[in-house]
Amino acid sequence: MVNLIWVILFVIGIAFAAVNGTMDQVNKAVFEGAREAVTICIGLISVLVFWLGLMKIAEKGGILRGLSRLLGPFVRRLFPDVPKESPAMGYILSNMSANMFGLGNAATPMGIKAMEELKKLNGNRDEASRSMITLLAINTASITLIPTTVISLRLQYGSVSPTEIVGTTIVATACSTAGAILIDRYFYYRRVRKGRG
Amino acid sequence: MAVVTYLSLWIIPCLIAFILIVATIRKVPAYEAFVEGAKEGVGMSFAIIPYLVGMLVAISVFRESGAMEFFIDLIRPALHAIGVPADIVPLAMIRPLSGTGALGMTSDLIATHGPDSFIGRLASTMQGSTDTTFYVLTVYFGAVGIKKMGDALKVGLLADVIGIAAAITVVTIVFS
Repeated sequence: MVNLIWVILFVIGIAFAAVNGTMDQVNKAVFEGAREAVTICIGLISVLVFWLGLMKIAEKGGILRGLSRLLGPFVRRLFPDVPKESPAMGYILSNMSANMFGLGNAATPMGIKAMEELKKLNGNRDEASRSMITLLAINTASITLIPTTVISLRLQYGSVSPTEIVGTTIVATACSTAGAILIDRYFYYRRVRKGRG
Repeated sequence: MAVVTYLSLWIIPCLIAFILIVATIRKVPAYEAFVEGAKEGVGMSFAIIPYLVGMLVAISVFRESGAMEFFIDLIRPALHAIGVPADIVPLAMIRPLSGTGALGMTSDLIATHGPDSFIGRLASTMQGSTDTTFYVLTVYFGAVGIKKMGDALKVGLLADVIGIAAAITVVTIVFS
């Protein structure tokens, strides 16, 4: 599916440029898109290096295990495939907590670590497991309590009440997260019915 | 407001201090553990590059060719009919595709309509309540080498639709 979407984005884009005469923008887009991607990855180095270092201390200090014990009972039902003692649970929980507090920068390394552990649980196959799809769904729905970037943006443009959107954001994010979980479950049971669960 | 600013300022330093203090009490060699974990980060960042370059080039070709605008114009009347303001449509379309694109569009909407207008509030809520699905998918799966994504993209995009619909509904109920 991703293969198809990727090709379609290119083909439709180039066809459009041919008709609309925007070929020069497309040329620019190729190089600028590539540069933006590399810039993002280079920017990620600092974040990944620092937070993965810190998380290793948290793991060895038993803090991740503590977090799993504390919050695990609530989240375990979302990830029934993940064994209780697996370090994946600690990383999943830190990823979710970081997202909730709007710490996107810290959430990414933990999400990646969680994916790594989930991959080990899945026998290192290059296929997305049930739990991986669930974790991804929760992340794209991005459960948020404090949307810090948006608040600072509103502040910058002179809002009289920059934080008034916190309430609506929490409600909207709760709906999208609940929706993501339901959709994830629907697709899972559909896979099971087709015998590919 | 003061509370939120305070909280977001204190949360990371407090977290760092907490982890370091607990680790020291439990006799973990903190600095060595840090370096051990940090090393993994270098390789991971480089592993993501090919995936992200592929995805971002495709998306920017699609956007810059004018194709995205065409499709937005195509669905604009339909959305307008169910009460979705036309100005918000481009943001809703770009939110799952590009994080920087969406942030730029949100600040543009806030700048033109004002942060306390209906559009401004809606854009703020939308920006805060969903994430860039293509980015999350590419980075998370790219870093650990998942090639067969299964239903992940479908689930993510449908969740985006729900998030956007929820943002519109909630902001309409609360602010109008």
